[in-house]
Amino acid sequence: MFKRLADSGKSVALTVDGRPVDCRAGDTVAAALLAAGVDRCRTTPVSGAPRGPYCLMGVCFDCLVTIDGVGSRQACLVPVREGMAVETQSGRREAGR
Amino acid sequence: MTQASDLAAHYDLVVIGGGPAGLAAAAEAGRAGLSTVLFDENPGVGGQIYRAITSTPVADRAILGEDYRAGSDLVAEARTGGALIANGATVWSLDPARLVGVSIAGQARLIQAGRVIVATGSLERPFPIPGWTLPGVMSAGGAQTLLKAQGLVPDGRTVMAGGGPLLWLLAAQILRAGGRIEAILDTMPRRNWLRALPHLPDFLLSPYAAKGVKLLREVRARVPVIRVAELEAVGDDRLREVSFNGRRLPADLLLLHQGVVPNVNLAMAAGVAHEWNARQLCFQPVLDEDFNSSVPGIAVAGDGAGIAGGTAAAERGRIAAVAAIRALRPSAPVPDLQIIRQRLQREEMGRSFLDWLNRPADSFRQPEGDTIVCRCEEVTAGQVRAVADLGCEGPNQMKAFMRCGMGPCQGRLCGLTVTELIADQRGTTPAEVGYYRLRPPVKPITVAEFASLPIAEGERLAVEN
Repeated sequence: MFKRLADSGKSVALTVDGRPVDCRAGDTVAAALLAAGVDRCRTTPVSGAPRGPYCLMGVCFDCLVTIDGVGSRQACLVPVREGMAVETQSGRREAGR
Repeated sequence: MTQASDLAAHYDLVVIGGGPAGLAAAAEAGRAGLSTVLFDENPGVGGQIYRAITSTPVADRAILGEDYRAGSDLVAEARTGGALIANGATVWSLDPARLVGVSIAGQARLIQAGRVIVATGSLERPFPIPGWTLPGVMSAGGAQTLLKAQGLVPDGRTVMAGGGPLLWLLAAQILRAGGRIEAILDTMPRRNWLRALPHLPDFLLSPYAAKGVKLLREVRARVPVIRVAELEAVGDDRLREVSFNGRRLPADLLLLHQGVVPNVNLAMAAGVAHEWNARQLCFQPVLDEDFNSSVPGIAVAGDGAGIAGGTAAAERGRIAAVAAIRALRPSAPVPDLQIIRQRLQREEMGRSFLDWLNRPADSFRQPEGDTIVCRCEEVTAGQVRAVADLGCEGPNQMKAFMRCGMGPCQGRLCGLTVTELIADQRGTTPAEVGYYRLRPPVKPITVAEFASLPIAEGERLAVEN
């Protein structure tokens, strides 16, 4: 869905649902997911429908993910860090984790 | 990077938001010797218009344009002014006594401010079409953020839809960056010209006219532009096609945009009076000429004061800062307000024309049927209309019945739609219907963050006894 204009910048390794993903210093978690072709972050608590990042500026809350064990973080506001464990969320069950 | 433990308990001025208004305000206040802190939620300053201005990986200046680079001067000015600039700082509360609740890296603090300038800017107007919640559908502003901050360019089949200056600017930026756009679906009604035309002379005198024409030509030369009256994102688990005018276009990414509106959440939660702007179709704070709000000591500057664009936002920030300086330190030297007001007036000149020309069609603001209005709680337009028919008079009652506006976005992506739907259904005006009643915390905050608030010994004893 997205490609990098310039593949510069320091490489940062994180995992998404246990799978290694390579991204760049300066990425937010949402940007790293989209650059890696992950277009859904969670399913909704109401209907279980898939959602991906929408606004990328912290207002829509569609990009909620679990980061290092803390649930419902806004992926578009959190900068990536080496070794970060990102998990996509599913609906009501994990929403309050 | 500034930590919560670096913060003082009191500042003369707290500026909330690090876009052009916030940066200019912090620069003026810092220079005049006010103890000033600027809180910004994002990893870096610049707001949305100058997003990632200090860190963008986009080296070719031509891609984002010279207007974007102008943000560097503002950042430099704010940094040399002496204000403390805290990024990754989420303000979750502001009360009428100017107590500011803020969290940095999971640590919360309550800061007392002598004056507050709310510079929380704008957000994109909701664009509720069928399928707008599917992965693969994003706001144009979101795609622009990815381009500015991470140098990410849409890849695959990209369709853009809507209208307004930002949509066309982003299209040009994507093309300059080597991206491809299958089509631009223009949702702005042609009859908008009738109401825009009387304002054309003013627009032609504004700085936007020449830029706008050049931008449109640049994009139209390379992308088919199709005027559409209906629009739908189609897909099961993600976007597959965009449907319009009885046609279907395969797409991997649909970028939506129909203008920006003030981000009112923090100011409203602080008790600032707002009014309906019938031309810009949004709520905006009631302000005096110095951008002071109805709450003493709280000003609202920038696009949060009513949409006027980034350059105007900076001038508004300066005016609000001068008012704060005069109130707190009358002896401090301040810049000539008359000159700033003249510059602001010039920036605001073309706005009426742009507003009328880019006035979103009723059908794209007041959807029908199964179209989701509240993305968080998945409440549809048909449900909101039906409940309005049953006698529900306003958004707060609608919340109680339908939960719309009660999800994590706190109404940011449905508030205007719900207000307009109720007004449409009940044959009244948005001004009459009003908006959601907003309360702090305006951003979610964890119990652990609350628990991290420093507690004085006296307070601890009071609770323990």
